[in-house]
Amino acid sequence: MVKKIMLPLTDEAIKELKAGDDVLLSGVVYVARDAAHKRMIEALESGEPLPFDIRGQTIYYMGPSPARRGQVIGSAGPTTSGRMDSYSPRLLAEGLKGMIGKGMRSRGVKDAIKQYKAVYFAVVGGAGALASRNISKSEVIAYEELGAEAVRRLEVADFPVRVINDIYGGDLYQEGKARYRVDQE
Amino acid sequence: MREIDAREITSTVSRLFQEACYILPDDVLNALERARQIEESPIGCEVLDIILRNADISAKEQIPLCQDTGDAVVFLELGQGVHIVGGDLYSAINEGVRHGYTQGYLRKSMVSRPFSARVNTKDNTPAIIHTDIVPGDRLRIIAKPKGGGAENMSSLAMLSLAQGRRGVIDFVVKVVDEAGSNPCPPIIVGVGIGGTVEKAMMLAKRALLRKVGEPNPDTETAELEREILGRVNKLGIGPMGYGGRITALAVHIEVFPTHMASLPVAVNLECHSCRHREALL
Repeated sequence: MVKKIMLPLTDEAIKELKAGDDVLLSGVVYVARDAAHKRMIEALESGEPLPFDIRGQTIYYMGPSPARRGQVIGSAGPTTSGRMDSYSPRLLAEGLKGMIGKGMRSRGVKDAIKQYKAVYFAVVGGAGALASRNISKSEVIAYEELGAEAVRRLEVADFPVRVINDIYGGDLYQEGKARYRVDQE
Repeated sequence: MREIDAREITSTVSRLFQEACYILPDDVLNALERARQIEESPIGCEVLDIILRNADISAKEQIPLCQDTGDAVVFLELGQGVHIVGGDLYSAINEGVRHGYTQGYLRKSMVSRPFSARVNTKDNTPAIIHTDIVPGDRLRIIAKPKGGGAENMSSLAMLSLAQGRRGVIDFVVKVVDEAGSNPCPPIIVGVGIGGTVEKAMMLAKRALLRKVGEPNPDTETAELEREILGRVNKLGIGPMGYGGRITALAVHIEVFPTHMASLPVAVNLECHSCRHREALL
């Protein structure tokens, strides 16, 4: 059963999400990956504002390929989330509610997801052409000089994601693997 | 002596990278379709359907298969009877990368000063070029965009001789297990055994150029490929790590003689979007 969710995420919506859930997201997501995360944390450490009000928002770890004329965005699939692990707990403490990427998260991020009532979603990696179809608007809002790593504001409609880590400690990667693992000598 | 114009090399490299980023090779598509038939996990099947649909859209609409259009890795097999005219070989290749990544709307991912400022070079150069000099008077160019996600999960071990064949298997399986969902499974596992540290990794990368699932012609090596693939596909990681039977589409091993004291094993992982394209000039 697919769950349709309007962004920004509410605590009520997050409570309903369990690892493995198939979800369609609609609304605004912010795009930031490695270089932008580094800058955002540096901004927080020096007491400067973040490039957008992070409270309640969702960040997509992504660096698109360039758009052709007439396209909203180029290929737009997820990057490996683990590289953001050292930054994410701080952003969750600031009010970030959703993260979208691919790949495993650290113990620290999973604990912060529980503590701050957030959620981690994955998109199918390497399917960026398909992912771009559910993005209706894209604009660079900060750190333009970072090129593909700039912070963007996207509008998405029925953007397909899957819940990996929920507030109950569920982890689709661990559960899925345990289900299909065949013990070897 | 046969002359090849540097401009022809530039235009070929430009075309190859664009095609590689839009069009998944038939052998990769076939392997994905076979995996779709075998996979038992419903979520795993959904993932494979998405990957196949994505490949269809990319080819038809010329949108890159993946936004990570990679480092521009180029393998050259340069016939010793070739004379390059009108420019130098490596400049011609870099010019082709610059042109292809710009004209093809491919993402420029290369950064200079990797341990400090990490400044984007803006045109995806420099290419990573590997050249073999071979007999003949032709030039084979293989363009291989290599994404960062799978590359980051690669690894090298200098095993002790006592670990032997069993040690090789355990190491490769451990690398795949620890990589988990990160390299975008179902993956292709490139393995290089023997040589020196750099030779082993070159073998592993070269192994990724083989048609997916085509066994090594040496029966002993082919048997090792089958055994490791069997072990890897019992890990349960599955498509995109959501759980399933198909963690790898293939294990490709290349072997080279080594020092009597050494047993180098290199593992270079490739995501399901195993992109490469070649031309013979």
